[in-house]
Amino acid sequence: MAKVRQRVSQLVHSLPQSGIRRFFELVEKMPDAISLGVGEPDFVTPWRIREAGIASLESGHTHYTPNAGIQELRGEVSRYLDRRFGLSYDPQHEIMITVGGSEAIDIALRTILEPGDGVLIPQPCFVAYPPCAMMAGGRAISVPTWVEHDFRVQVEDLAAACDGGTRAIVVSYPNNPTGATIDEEGALAFVEFARERDLLILSDEVYAELTYNGEHVSIAAQPGARERTILIGGFSKAWAMTGWRLGFAAGPADIIGAMIKMHAYTVMCSPTTAQEAAVEALRACDGEVERMRREYNQRRRVIVGRLNAMGLDCFEPKGAFYAFPSIARTGLTSDEFAERLLAEEQVAVVPGTAFGSCGEGFVRCCYATSMEVIEEAMARMARFVGRVRG
Amino acid sequence: MEEVLQLLADDARLTAAQIAERTGRTEDEVASAIEKLEKAGVIRRYKTVVDWGKVGVEHVYGFIEVRVSPERGVGFDAVAERIVQFPEVHSLYLMSGTYDLLVVVEGKGMREVAFFVAEKLAPLDHVLSTATHFVLKRYKVDGDVLVERAEVKRLPVTP
Repeated sequence: MAKVRQRVSQLVHSLPQSGIRRFFELVEKMPDAISLGVGEPDFVTPWRIREAGIASLESGHTHYTPNAGIQELRGEVSRYLDRRFGLSYDPQHEIMITVGGSEAIDIALRTILEPGDGVLIPQPCFVAYPPCAMMAGGRAISVPTWVEHDFRVQVEDLAAACDGGTRAIVVSYPNNPTGATIDEEGALAFVEFARERDLLILSDEVYAELTYNGEHVSIAAQPGARERTILIGGFSKAWAMTGWRLGFAAGPADIIGAMIKMHAYTVMCSPTTAQEAAVEALRACDGEVERMRREYNQRRRVIVGRLNAMGLDCFEPKGAFYAFPSIARTGLTSDEFAERLLAEEQVAVVPGTAFGSCGEGFVRCCYATSMEVIEEAMARMARFVGRVRG
Repeated sequence: MEEVLQLLADDARLTAAQIAERTGRTEDEVASAIEKLEKAGVIRRYKTVVDWGKVGVEHVYGFIEVRVSPERGVGFDAVAERIVQFPEVHSLYLMSGTYDLLVVVEGKGMREVAFFVAEKLAPLDHVLSTATHFVLKRYKVDGDVLVERAEVKRLPVTP
């Protein structure tokens, strides 16, 4: 008998369902639950930016833009990268505007990978990296990171996982879900490793502005990095523009040129309104970004202090807006902890396993929420932990 | 220090312990810093922002533009010194432009404010003229938006 063919491709069928998605469905059934499970700012986009978007619509700017994005915005991104991080990219050929950092990651991988190419992915990591590598026809190769090293990827672990078919590494600092940042030494060693093995680097730096222990260390800025690094950035986190869907990629002209080609075929261009609003964001909102960063920092201190006080070892996250405490002392698995905390105290956190198997034994707590919510969630979580530890 | 002051300016009821937790300092450090700031007059006082309308206490505000002929040798300060003493005067500013002093007067009604201007403000020595404007509606005061807005919701769990 002829085998009936599946309607969904084998590749897509085999993609694991996101651990986030599964948990979302659980939490959705409890509308009164306090959620520390979001991955976006609680702040609304600053008014100046919204106002610029409204003005753009009122002016009737509703047509396509050039594929790579409006000239003005690419210019602003170039100036921004230079003044904030000392990075120099030509807006004409080395910068493109994308539909969120998400699209940039997707097309970057599809641009650089041949079928079967390996992609080293330090984990725990943002949920999209392994599936995007697979959808691009590549092999996602997990590289564990360890709390003992503050979740900074170690060259030995990269070397152990690297094989002859490895083509690229996807890395993100500051990190979702751990909140880890990388230091100069680590960044240099990392780039040196990539150089030795002639690997391309996808450096997802969307959380660059949310750094709490001094200046952001950009992997793209390290000596030897520029010619082999695709820098990913976005407007979602620092400017609270998640729903606008706007990001950018910067890198060598040959790679960016090819990404623009792909982008032109898939989305044509990023949303026009969002692009025009983003020009205002880069020109006039440094103060707003700093205000939000300061507030995240206050919340960070509170949440990390409370997690440690209740007996959950929490390494100090110095970037992004996540705390990644160890739940080992409770004797529960990440899934058990998250499910029971939700059922018993109506507090939602995301099991660390949603971000990779080495997230087992951890949970992700997002502090992009009001101080009142954080304090209440911590009180309930302390009660739960107290009960479980007996 | 600025961070401590910003937190207190936003919520005067935060305890030293709460401020310490948010700023990564010790409680003693914060308490001692606050005491110094109070003594130095950097923290002038603590107050509560009340929505009087909700308890049925009505206030009317008049913004009065006052033109003054300044006193020789002391400028506007002598006139200002007399005006600030009135409890009805909520705020007083020296301004650039077509008038000199902006006086904000608080009263129970428009008549009360108007009478105050006519009987106490306008007749003052060196006051040349006054122009009274009444506040009809307050939208935002001292950084607080008074208009109610719907809560913005987010999805409960996202990557």
